[in-house]
Amino acid sequence: MSEAHSDSFDLKDLYDEDIDPDPESRADRAKRFLEMNVVAPARIAVDDWRALVGGAILAFFLLMGTVGVWLVERPTSGDAPVLAAPFESLAYPLGTDVFGQPIHAQLIHATPGMFKMIFAGAVVSVGFAALVGVVAGFEHGTRIDSFLMTITDVVITIPGLPLIIVITAIFQPENPYIVGVFLGIDNWPGLARTVRSQVLSIREESYVEASEIMGIPLSSILRRDILSQLMPYVMINGALTSRRIIFESVGLYFLGILPFTTFNWGVMMNLAYEGNALTRPDMLPWMVAPMVCIFLLSFGLVLLSQGLDSLFNVRLRARHAKTSKKKGTSKNNQSQATGGD
Amino acid sequence: MTPKYLLKRLGQAILTFLVTMTVSFLLYQAMPGGPTEAMRSVILSQSGGSVDIDRLNRMIQLYTNVNPDQPMHVQYFNYASDVILRQDLGTSFFKNEKVTTLIMQRIPWSMFISVYALALGYSLSIFLGVMTAYREKSRFDSTVSSLIIGLNSIPYYIVGVVLIYFLAIQNNYFPTGGRIGSGIAAGYNPEFMLSLVKHAALPAISMGALATSGALAMRGNAIRVLGEDYIRVAQLRGLRETRIATQYLGHNSILPMYTQFMIGIAGVFSSAVIVEEVFAYPGMGLLMFEAVKTQDYPLLMGTLIVFTAISLTAIFIADLTYTLIDPRISVGEE
Repeated sequence: MSEAHSDSFDLKDLYDEDIDPDPESRADRAKRFLEMNVVAPARIAVDDWRALVGGAILAFFLLMGTVGVWLVERPTSGDAPVLAAPFESLAYPLGTDVFGQPIHAQLIHATPGMFKMIFAGAVVSVGFAALVGVVAGFEHGTRIDSFLMTITDVVITIPGLPLIIVITAIFQPENPYIVGVFLGIDNWPGLARTVRSQVLSIREESYVEASEIMGIPLSSILRRDILSQLMPYVMINGALTSRRIIFESVGLYFLGILPFTTFNWGVMMNLAYEGNALTRPDMLPWMVAPMVCIFLLSFGLVLLSQGLDSLFNVRLRARHAKTSKKKGTSKNNQSQATGGD
Repeated sequence: MTPKYLLKRLGQAILTFLVTMTVSFLLYQAMPGGPTEAMRSVILSQSGGSVDIDRLNRMIQLYTNVNPDQPMHVQYFNYASDVILRQDLGTSFFKNEKVTTLIMQRIPWSMFISVYALALGYSLSIFLGVMTAYREKSRFDSTVSSLIIGLNSIPYYIVGVVLIYFLAIQNNYFPTGGRIGSGIAAGYNPEFMLSLVKHAALPAISMGALATSGALAMRGNAIRVLGEDYIRVAQLRGLRETRIATQYLGHNSILPMYTQFMIGIAGVFSSAVIVEEVFAYPGMGLLMFEAVKTQDYPLLMGTLIVFTAISLTAIFIADLTYTLIDPRISVGEE
């Protein structure tokens, strides 16, 4: 960052620079970066079947929501015979509903809305949680901390679902992004508390203390020491929050509380359930197909969150990176020397 | 027990209640077009014909305790004093009865299934968490852990739907809905009791499925505790396995879970809204659902406030037991 180390020895520069005793070439550095951040995680992911399966499921649904919408036409009433059985025709492989709409097309056209909701909800709740948690953790013991934590505790103990139901009943949101934001309202406090306690424990680590004693500015400590440590937690919890958003949004559509403006898995379940699908075998596919989708998507997210756990594990990653092993200088080496391959 | 800790928790509960009440008041004000405009059509459909604005406002005041005519702070003061001092949550638009009366009739039923769901879900997650940790990496561990992950990926209301399909429709083990069999006289007779339990079983199980989400965290805790020295010492002392599992392992791994369990109470209680609709179980959740469907705002806000009050009470009771379980609280540590 700074060019001239004159005789005044600047600790901050030293800290920021990540100095290596023998400077490596740019190619080496790029290669090492690639190894540590792309290849090694990929290798762990292959080792850890959970991350692999979870990622594959998520990718499948993403494809469904992007390419699938292009490939499959938007279903309308009377596209096909009413209540056709599944696995009989290529035009409607999962069968049709009482209006003659192919079930697979409804599933596919519900996916983009689903992802919009998940995205908005996860961004709002995880972002808010991280902000509140980091600020409270850093201002630990001050009035700001106790104020933020009081709010957090209040929101935690208010029953979330009834609150959301009242809010959606009054405002009748139709835009999936807004639905997601509403659902994010009760999903942030738990994560905010976790982030805060993480920040507190990271602050007590000796290297953070050392940085503070050295007089490194707060912003650098936040950036270098704390945020990098927090990212894994935020990512893992982001996946779990997404699962809760799915549960709640589909639940509200299933109840019929959110307005039916677009295709949604919950809407399909609602119509089927109201039509007594459980006692009519010919209507069962209409009910079961969205249920399977919800299960798969949340299963993928749960697996992914668990796989990410090991993906972000620094020691595991170092063990799987080849370049850092050959180089005797980098400090990652010390930890993995004992690990071996 | 330190009174200071309890006082702090009590203060927090009261604060939360006040916040919820304020939110419900603000939601009245935030209705699209204002409370008068938003509720006009609902009230008109009830009383029929047209009414002038003054009469409409008076009716709104009668139903909701909020009079849109007055300045905001006066409205809020009246609303708050009605809720707190007179326990008056307004009158239902459609049932023409006090909201509190309507809710009071439903509370026991919701509490019945919620408390059983909590007991079932929490004891199951503690038990499974400790057991899987104790046999870590065995076949039992991997089977149970995968089952729990699978269960956590299914929303509780889908668990309910699946239960209905297999246990109530395909096989007639349980009724598909309702809270009591028809033609059974209420009273302390075995027939009534059996019918009561049978109707509550499936809703309670599907809500309990929500509460088992703690099992994996419990397993992680227990594994960490297993590595502690005092467990080894206990084993070396030759203590019985059951004693180690319950008193050493169980007790110490529950502690960090306790707050999570308390937070979960609110979640399980509120899951009643969806579960009761699925099972047509006439508790508070179903009342709330009906209120949404008919735009019965006073009833809707009332159920929100009562849901909060019940959760707060339950969490406070759990807090009382926390002081018994965690010795650190009694010496005033946080």
